[in-house]
Amino acid sequence: MAKYDVIVVGASAGGLSALEKILSGLEKDFSIPIIIVQHLSPDSGDSILSLLKKYSVIELSEPCDKEVILNNHVYLAPADYHIMVEKDKTFSLILGPKENYCRPAIDVLFETAAEVFFDKTLGILLTGANTDGTKGCIAIKKFSGTVIVQDPEEATMAVMPLGAINANAADFVLSLKEIVEKLNFYIKES
Amino acid sequence: MESDRELVENEDIEVELVLDALLKKSDYDYRNYSRSHIKRRLSHRLTVSGYNRYSDMIPDIIYNPQFLNKLLSDLSINVTEMFRDPSFFLELKDKIFPYIKTYPFVKIWHAGCSSGQEVYSMAILLSEDNLYEKSQIYATDFNREILDVAKRAIYPIDTIKKYTNNYQQGGGQNSFADYYIADYDSAAIIPSLKKNVLFSFHNLVTDGIFGEMHVIVCRNVLIYFDKELQNSVLKLFYESLVPGGFLCLGSKESIRFSEVEKLFEVVSSSEKIFRKRVC
Ligand SMILES: C[S@@+](CC[C@H](N)C(=O)[O-])C[C@H]1O[C@@H](n2cnc3c(N)ncnc32)[C@H](O)[C@@H]1O
Repeated sequence: MAKYDVIVVGASAGGLSALEKILSGLEKDFSIPIIIVQHLSPDSGDSILSLLKKYSVIELSEPCDKEVILNNHVYLAPADYHIMVEKDKTFSLILGPKENYCRPAIDVLFETAAEVFFDKTLGILLTGANTDGTKGCIAIKKFSGTVIVQDPEEATMAVMPLGAINANAADFVLSLKEIVEKLNFYIKES
Repeated sequence: MESDRELVENEDIEVELVLDALLKKSDYDYRNYSRSHIKRRLSHRLTVSGYNRYSDMIPDIIYNPQFLNKLLSDLSINVTEMFRDPSFFLELKDKIFPYIKTYPFVKIWHAGCSSGQEVYSMAILLSEDNLYEKSQIYATDFNREILDVAKRAIYPIDTIKKYTNNYQQGGGQNSFADYYIADYDSAAIIPSLKKNVLFSFHNLVTDGIFGEMHVIVCRNVLIYFDKELQNSVLKLFYESLVPGGFLCLGSKESIRFSEVEKLFEVVSSSEKIFRKRVC
C-alpha cells in the first residue's frame, strides 16, 4: 500500500521553474495523483498548461468539474477556478470568492483534500511571495497528513514556505532535488 | 478524543442539519450542491460569527432574519462578466448562429443568468448579425436581488475596460462603446438591447421545464451542484429543448459521465456546446 493517496502542490511566484524540476524528475510509473495549484493571472492559463505538459513525465491535464481523480496523473488547477476535492474523490471547480486574494487558492485545495484523504495526504508548498497555503498546511497536519516545504534559502520567493514553517506546519524542509528524491522513494517503497 | 474521520463525519451531520433548517426556513434547497463548496461557505460564516460548531448556526437560521440573509448571500455566488470566456462567443457565432439564421423565430434561455452580463453579450452578438429582432431571450435565476440588478443593467464603469477587451476577442464587430451610456461611475446598457429579454425567477432545483427552447445557455451554474443534481438538471434541459436545439455549458463543465451523454451530440468539445439529437 502506498504511503500517500494524494499529493497536493501549491506554488506562486517562481513556481513554474520549481514545478518543472519536480515534474521532469519523477519516475514514469509514479502512481500517486498529483494536484497542483500554481497562482497565475486569469489570462495566462493556457501557456502554463502547455509548458508543464512539456516537462511532465506523467500525463498532465486541467480537470473538468466532477472528473474522477486518477492515479498516475497530474492535474493542474485551471485559471480563475478554485479546485476542491469532494468526498467521492472527484473534483469540483468553483468560481467562489477569492481567498488570500487568489483564485485558485492553495488553501482551498489543501483543506478539502485533507478532509478526504486524511493521513494519506502529502502537501508540498513551494516558492511564493504570499502566505496562501499556510492554513492549508495546518489543515493537512490537523488531519495527520504530511507537509513538505521548499527550503526558503533555495526558493525564488521565501515568504510562502516561511509561512508554513513559522506556523509549525512543516514536517520536512527540503530542496527541490531532495523533494524529487523523496517522492520517487515513496513510490519504490510501496 | 474523536478521530480525524469521526470529526469530519460529525461535521457532515451538522452541515446536513444546517441545510435542512435552511430549506425549511427559506425554501432554498442546497442539499444537493457540491458539499465541499457549501461547507466552505458555511465555514466562512462560522468564522465571521464566532461560533464553534456548524450546528450553532441553526437557532440563528430560524430566529434571526438578518443572519439568514447573510448566510443566503454567502451561498449565492454571482461572479460573471460580459463575454466571459470570449472563445465561447466566437464558437457560438460560428456553430450556432448559422442555424438561427434559418429559423423564423428563436427562443434562447439563459439559466442562472446572474446580473445579466452574459445575456446582454448574447443580445449584442445577435443584433450585430441581424438576428436580434427574431429572438426572444428568457433569462432566469433563483436570486431575486441579482435579477433586479440584471434588469437595471447598470454596471460599474471600472469593469468596462475588461468587457471591451472581451467583446473584441469574442467576435464583436463594432465599438463596444455603442452599447452603453457612460455616466460618472457607471455604464448603463442601451435600452434597445433589453427589448427582447424577459427576466424571471426560476429555481433549477425545484422548478419545471421551460419549454421549446432552441438554445439553452447555462454556464458556471452546474459546477455548484453535485452529480445527482447535475443529472436531473441536464434532463430538464434536454426536455426543454426542441430536437436539434443547442445546450451551452461552462468551459470546465462536461456531460461526459452524465446520464444524458448519449442524447446529445458534441458540437464543440473545447467550448462545451452540445446538440440534442433528433431521434
Ligand atoms: C457564477 S454565476 C454564472 C453567471 C453566468 N451564467 C456566467 O457564466 O457568467 C451562477 C449563477 O447561478 C445561479 N444559481 C445557482 N443555483 C441556482 C438554481 N438552483 N436555480 C437558478 N439559478 C441558480 C446563481 O444565483 C448565480 O447567479
